[in-house]
Amino acid sequence: MNKANSISVEQCCFFYRVEASFIQSLEAHGLLEITQFGDQRFISHDQLGELEKYMHFFYELQINMEGLEAISHLLHRVKHLQGEIKRLQNLIPEMYPR
Amino acid sequence: MEYVDYYKILGIQKNATADEIKAAYRKLARQHHPDLNPNDPEASKRFQAINEANEVLSDPEKRQKYDQYGSDWKQAEQFEQAKKQRQSSGAYSGGDPFGGGNPFESGGYSYDGDEDNYSDFFASIFGNRRRAQRETRFKGQDIHASFQLNLSAAYKTHQQTFTVNGKNIRITIPAGVENGQEIKLAGFGSPGVNGGPNGDLYITFDIVNDTAFERKGNDLYMEAPLDLYIAVLGGSEIIDTLGGKVKLSIAPETQTGTRVRLKGKGFPVYRKEGEFGDLYVTYRIQIPNNLSAKEKDLFKELMQQRKKQ
Repeated sequence: MNKANSISVEQCCFFYRVEASFIQSLEAHGLLEITQFGDQRFISHDQLGELEKYMHFFYELQINMEGLEAISHLLHRVKHLQGEIKRLQNLIPEMYPR
Repeated sequence: MEYVDYYKILGIQKNATADEIKAAYRKLARQHHPDLNPNDPEASKRFQAINEANEVLSDPEKRQKYDQYGSDWKQAEQFEQAKKQRQSSGAYSGGDPFGGGNPFESGGYSYDGDEDNYSDFFASIFGNRRRAQRETRFKGQDIHASFQLNLSAAYKTHQQTFTVNGKNIRITIPAGVENGQEIKLAGFGSPGVNGGPNGDLYITFDIVNDTAFERKGNDLYMEAPLDLYIAVLGGSEIIDTLGGKVKLSIAPETQTGTRVRLKGKGFPVYRKEGEFGDLYVTYRIQIPNNLSAKEKDLFKELMQQRKKQ
């Protein structure tokens, strides 16, 4: 991650209108990676989609941090399994006629 | 255009309280939220319907209007037209009765800025206009697109130009790309909302087999016709592979269905230059036809000879 492809936590909170504590909690639960450049902390642009997803879950669906952690883990597994299915489809095409 | 029963969508009674609506919405939203059901377009549709139902039923004014006109939406259209006429003549001076607010305060859902995505039924009654513009900046919507690529084209690293949102993007597609593989082009999605960063473009490759080979992972499979005489006596045969022609040595008395492995003549391994899978060739022996009388005699002689052994 470099500074050009990232946004400071401060700016992020301003744009999304969320509290810094929300970002800190996501980091503490291992859901968001924050990098320090000088005296400022930054979030890479790549993670903004994930951040917005967590915002929807947290603020709109009222899922707490522990819930977000569980969801994140399960979504990674779903993604991994979907990739595995695709890989098997490619390996055994006769079982999955297109 | 069909009548949409918002109460049925949320699974509540017509006399449900605001708390019951909220609870029903939250329960269903947690089940069908697109972020919780990745790559499930049906979940997105269900969620859109749930969201629309909540948008109407959680707003007392909208709910009242829906209850009044919902089952007979044609009257609602007439109502809207009459209202428009009053507005244009200056008789109607009311503000927007359905103005939205901060999405985090409304309890409603605003997904990826795609706010015009209501059903025709909703548009007929409430008008298909945007909610009040919020100040929050959001990353633009990610775009998911699929790109059809021939297997023969996926064999070699090549450049491909795409036109996305009027912009030409030239990307390099590495050899060995797999069916269903996704690549991300950061910043080539929809523009951000209120000055937020652009979304990303995800391209999923749909590999179409335009060759005689079957691909399984990085290995290729093919059937090769084999002349009867070469199969019996041995010899050599030239076959076409994706990488060019290959000369095969055929052992004497090769049977039909015999499979040989040509190491490194399969498909390139993705992002591993110079590495290839294997090619498996299954021989199918071709029986000659339109035999001449002399050939038939010779075959009979061979048969007699075989019987004597």
